[in-house]
Amino acid sequence: MAPLLEIRNLKKYFKTGGGMLHAVDGINVTLSEGKTLGVVGESGCGKSTLGRTILHLLDATDGQILFEGKDITNPSKKELHKLRENMQIIFQDPFSSLNPRMSVSAAIMEPLMLKGGLSKSDMLEETRLLMDTVGIARRFENAYPHELDGGRRQRIGIARALSLKPKFIVCDEPVSALDVSIQAQIINLMLDLQEERGLAYMFVTHDLSVVKYISDDIMVMYLGQMVEKAPADELFRNTLHPYTKALLSAIPIPSIHNKTKRILLTGEITSPVNPKPGCRFVARCPYASEECHELQTLEEAEPGHFVSCCKYKEINNNI
Amino acid sequence: MSETLLEIKNLAVEYHTDSAIIYAVNNINLTVKKGETIGLVGETGAGKTTIARSILRILPIPPAKVISGEILFEDTDVLKVSEAQMRKIRGNKIAMIFQDPMTALNPIETVGFQIAETIKIHNKISRVESHKRACDMLEMVGIPMERFSDYPHQFSGGMKQRVVIAMALACNPELLLADEPTTALDVTIQAQVLEMMQSLKEKLGTSMILITHDLGVVADICDSVAVVYAGEIVERGTIEHIFDHASHPYTVGLFGSLPALESTERRLSPIKGLMPDPTYLPKGCRFYERCPDASDNCVRFAAQEPAQAPGELAAAPEEIAIAPEEIEIAPGHFVKCFKYSKKTAEAAREGE
Repeated sequence: MAPLLEIRNLKKYFKTGGGMLHAVDGINVTLSEGKTLGVVGESGCGKSTLGRTILHLLDATDGQILFEGKDITNPSKKELHKLRENMQIIFQDPFSSLNPRMSVSAAIMEPLMLKGGLSKSDMLEETRLLMDTVGIARRFENAYPHELDGGRRQRIGIARALSLKPKFIVCDEPVSALDVSIQAQIINLMLDLQEERGLAYMFVTHDLSVVKYISDDIMVMYLGQMVEKAPADELFRNTLHPYTKALLSAIPIPSIHNKTKRILLTGEITSPVNPKPGCRFVARCPYASEECHELQTLEEAEPGHFVSCCKYKEINNNI
Repeated sequence: MSETLLEIKNLAVEYHTDSAIIYAVNNINLTVKKGETIGLVGETGAGKTTIARSILRILPIPPAKVISGEILFEDTDVLKVSEAQMRKIRGNKIAMIFQDPMTALNPIETVGFQIAETIKIHNKISRVESHKRACDMLEMVGIPMERFSDYPHQFSGGMKQRVVIAMALACNPELLLADEPTTALDVTIQAQVLEMMQSLKEKLGTSMILITHDLGVVADICDSVAVVYAGEIVERGTIEHIFDHASHPYTVGLFGSLPALESTERRLSPIKGLMPDPTYLPKGCRFYERCPDASDNCVRFAAQEPAQAPGELAAAPEEIAIAPEEIEIAPGHFVKCFKYSKKTAEAAREGE
């Protein structure tokens, strides 16, 4: 069976005054139905751009996107309209992603209206069912976004994304604007919906503990490139890339026991404008040497565990 | 432990707006000892920042209004001193690091000037001397002093936060209020900044109140913790008390909401419901509606004589729901919950 979504060598460059900004640079991804791919990285690593390029909110510079085996890299307007029924997005900020002048029911109903083919009363009925699904009480039907808290607003965002029964949803930091107790409610809701409807998620986040919790596979990005990809447990158990190691060790753990020593990176993320051909992490990497300045290839270290580092064997044997 | 630096007694702060009164901080008690780092943990709108701003007296008045309480800093009540005196304390003895380094700096002055300005205001020294001290501060937070004359927009987020920290520490304050200092930063940068704050704190012996919603950060650098919910401190104690013997159902719920890295469970256990609206705080226990342990025992009433207008007949006493009092369940470990009573706490202590 063809995977639900396949991305081959996807690139998205932006032209800037200083040169070409390589936001997404040669990413390969496959995602099957009902699975979750976690995409993690720091701000500016291109993770949101990747999600938006897949959905054609941005046009790809190069590469191929296949959905259910069909090439959708350059769809016509009509095809795109149809595609969007199957691919949706939940945005990060529930405060700015909703139209302040649209009531809750109008916001949820909008996608149904655009799709057409339903009578007004059917649409209202559908909207109410969606509100029940995501857990917004019906008394909020005529409320406006400013009357609601962040958690409820994010539920509206989820209801909108679900309204056309998509197969694939890009979740762009859906819980990072929420408080922990609300965050847990939303994550549980998303897991329930995935089980019920067999949704595939691409979960873009910088929060590593959330991503481990929700993902089947995790991809780590650094400056537009994939540095490591593995099944969630494998990535945490057998971390190979020096950047992933540093990233994982930097998570503050809410426990006062078994504290591990941090790997502190020096410096900060470098500019993605006109990058050099070698490893992009080289300036901050504690193991950097001559060979790192050459082009890196993605290697399959274990079945399903990919790493892009010429020295990963050496680094991991020494420890 | 050592002597007390700051003591907050019965502080209550309200915001009076045209349409409603917001009960932001309700009778909290807190002590900070010399050299101690205390974490103030809670969700958005719990009142954490209002507490910090009251200490520095930078609340927007109006609409804010301090209803009652004392904030004793080195035995002076900062709520009572004159504004002139307060200006000598603010930035000098008590300094604050704000959440968003992007907006905390003046975009049209160089970072060096902004640090030197603070030093010059509080010390009688020459411009050259303050300049030199500012360079030292920059070096101390890991920024080369060649960048003295750069403007904030030339720095990245992590670097700006270092500048803000340098500015806060410039006068060697006794107490540092850090309001979500790493929330706007990426994890690897957060790790750098936390490590730096920790080592500076040890070097300078500064006390710190760290406001955060991240229990992971608290576990890293705090000595003690106060959990804030709906304007109240529902539990406070040492870091061991809170992390190993969390006693208030809200604290327990907070830990349950976190996705643990080592756990294999497929569902989180969130706290049901939402934070109460601070304009209509529930009477009695504020967490009752959301509490998994709530029982009939949690609803208690006390008779209260109603206000009597002159010339009128006295009305019958009203039943008023009462809130749980703060109870010390172990030395230094305070909880506000009806589950615990003075008797059980004493019995438990005797049993130990």
